[in-house]
Amino acid sequence: MAEFKEAPAGAPLGEQLLTWVDNRFPASKLYKEHMSEYYAPKNFNFWYIFGSLALLVLVIQIVTGIFLVMHYKPDAALAFASVEYIMRDVPWGWLIRYMHSTGASAFFVVVYLHMFRGLIYGSYRKPRELVWIFGCGIFLCLMAEAFMGYLLPWGQMSYWGAQVIVNLFAAVPFVGPDLALLIRGDYVVSDATLNRFFSFHVIAVPLVLLGLVVAHIIALHEVGSNNPDGVEIKGPNAPKDAQGHPLDGIPFHPYYSVHDIFAVSMFLMVFTAIIFFAPELGGYFLEYNNFIPADPLKTPAHIAPVWYFTPFYSMLRATTDDLVTVLCLITGLAAVLAFLKGRFPAAAKVGILVAAVVLIALLKMFDAKFWGVVVMGAAVIILFFLPWLDRSPVKSIRYRPDWHKYLYAVFVLFFFVLGYLGIKPPSDIGTFIAQVGTLFYFGFFLLMPFWSQIGKPKPVPERVTFHAH
Amino acid sequence: MKKLIATLLTSFLLGVGLVSGAQASGGGIEWDKFPKEKLADTAALQNGAKLFVNYCLNCHAAAFMRYNRLRDIGLTEAQIKANLMFATDKVGDTMKVSLDPKNAKEWFGGLPPDLTVIARSRADGAKGSSADYLYTYLRSYYRDETKATGWNNMAFPSVGMPHVLWELQGQRTARFAEEADAHAPGKTVHVFKGYEPLTPGTMSSLQYDNAVADLVAYLQWMGEPAQEQRFRLGVWVLLFLSVFTVIAWRLNAAFWKDIK
Repeated sequence: MAEFKEAPAGAPLGEQLLTWVDNRFPASKLYKEHMSEYYAPKNFNFWYIFGSLALLVLVIQIVTGIFLVMHYKPDAALAFASVEYIMRDVPWGWLIRYMHSTGASAFFVVVYLHMFRGLIYGSYRKPRELVWIFGCGIFLCLMAEAFMGYLLPWGQMSYWGAQVIVNLFAAVPFVGPDLALLIRGDYVVSDATLNRFFSFHVIAVPLVLLGLVVAHIIALHEVGSNNPDGVEIKGPNAPKDAQGHPLDGIPFHPYYSVHDIFAVSMFLMVFTAIIFFAPELGGYFLEYNNFIPADPLKTPAHIAPVWYFTPFYSMLRATTDDLVTVLCLITGLAAVLAFLKGRFPAAAKVGILVAAVVLIALLKMFDAKFWGVVVMGAAVIILFFLPWLDRSPVKSIRYRPDWHKYLYAVFVLFFFVLGYLGIKPPSDIGTFIAQVGTLFYFGFFLLMPFWSQIGKPKPVPERVTFHAH
Repeated sequence: MKKLIATLLTSFLLGVGLVSGAQASGGGIEWDKFPKEKLADTAALQNGAKLFVNYCLNCHAAAFMRYNRLRDIGLTEAQIKANLMFATDKVGDTMKVSLDPKNAKEWFGGLPPDLTVIARSRADGAKGSSADYLYTYLRSYYRDETKATGWNNMAFPSVGMPHVLWELQGQRTARFAEEADAHAPGKTVHVFKGYEPLTPGTMSSLQYDNAVADLVAYLQWMGEPAQEQRFRLGVWVLLFLSVFTVIAWRLNAAFWKDIK
């Protein structure tokens, strides 16, 4: 137990109260560790606002969600009408609902930008692997949250989007149909599905999500934030002042809290502009088809997920028999290369060959649809391994060889193109481009251990580069 | 950093250009532009409401719309009760209809859709807004004796609904010609060559377009009665945030000015 402190005699009531609390709960300690004496690098740039913004959007989603649940009815016969009731009869219901629907998209915007920041500055590198992994967990939860939440308005797109995605699980060999049945709770998406998705959306997933967010922040504050230079400001050799505080760091509060208030204000300008002037955002945030009540007997001509899923959905659609054949060829080629050129013991080489043959056999044995699901899942799961895929001697893109920057640019380009294609109905040329994009996406990550080591990095400075404002 | 952003942006634009060229445009006729200024015109909205309850609200419901919400477009409860309510006497009721689904199936091939949010559900990124579609659709009917109802529609081929507004617009027929298909030699395509009037309606063509615009304005308003309030509030919110952003910016600068 910590030392029991006494407030000096005649101290103001506030100080006495704080002393009382501090003797029982580490209030001041937590405040110091995470706010006033949490030293963050002082060279943060534009890319570093999205973490705080993600937290803001999380709070918006939770608070608006609480109010929506007060009026929403998770019942297939009442759900659509209850949303319209919120939009019309509940005082300020329309505002709450638009905040929640716009918040869903805003969440993905800020999280994608946040992840991109991590990618280009190597924020996942040692010792921040767990920060990154918790973050990937948050991203997965967010996808589950968005997918299940999207069913709740019970519009045509809600219904058929869920139908299509749940049917994907039916493609899993052997257990697929039973698995799909377990998820839906019925043979088609129905009231049972709506009820379980509601339960997951408002209780189960948010609980896990909040836990992961806390873990993400605790892990971050344990190892300290990375920065655009990728220089460790708290390392044993980093310059420190007399109190041992890093010279390149600055207390989070007040310096980054005022910074974040500014960023929040700018963000809210965009966020509220969408809420008040274009809540549907041209059909990207609220799809037009979703203003038609769910009709199990009428399949819409074109079913597309909401924009934030489309890069992954594109990869799923791109996995045709042709792409599976290409994957077989690549697997075979990689195994032969490893056999001929790899520096492994002979037994390992034989093992690789056998594994490749088994993989090729499996690829050909099961339906391409199943592999599409695997590809889509792998596209997200592969992010978890990023800390061990990147072998570059420097963290930040700033000191990587120039061609690395172009490679990242092409990666982003393909991510956008895949997203765009996922919105559109399939076409021959579109599928081909998506296949190229899918191969590039996986090539980017799986070959990273090789390409990230190639080229001569620029010298990394001793201290962070900082220009006074 | 700036270079990186510029590279990313250029590559993104290039990418979008590359794929959008690959998309063919969908079929169907082009949509006319709905005159948006009608939305700010209370008289037009009221006329639209009148047309709606008289012509649409016999088969189509608007089950999420309450009669007393019509106060938002400048009508009093007494006016609503006296002129616009045929199916109920409670002004807080929603706009339901008592059409028997079995009859509906027999007459139109299905239950007419609810119209509360119809003006939010028909948009097409390539062709226009839902209001554009409705404005075009209600002005594209023609006589077609091959159809069960005797009516067909250029914007919605083989539509189940007959031309309810025919007395206003009058009757007309569509002229088609067979033309050689540019894409498939030896085949012909059915090409629309314009309408031919059969009997005149009670309105001139201009008056009819105007009445349909009023009706569509009403449907658009009914799709989201809070939209006017939304715009007005949004202006204040953005004004506040722009002032607050300046304060936050200067606050940030004040804290950081001594950091070297």
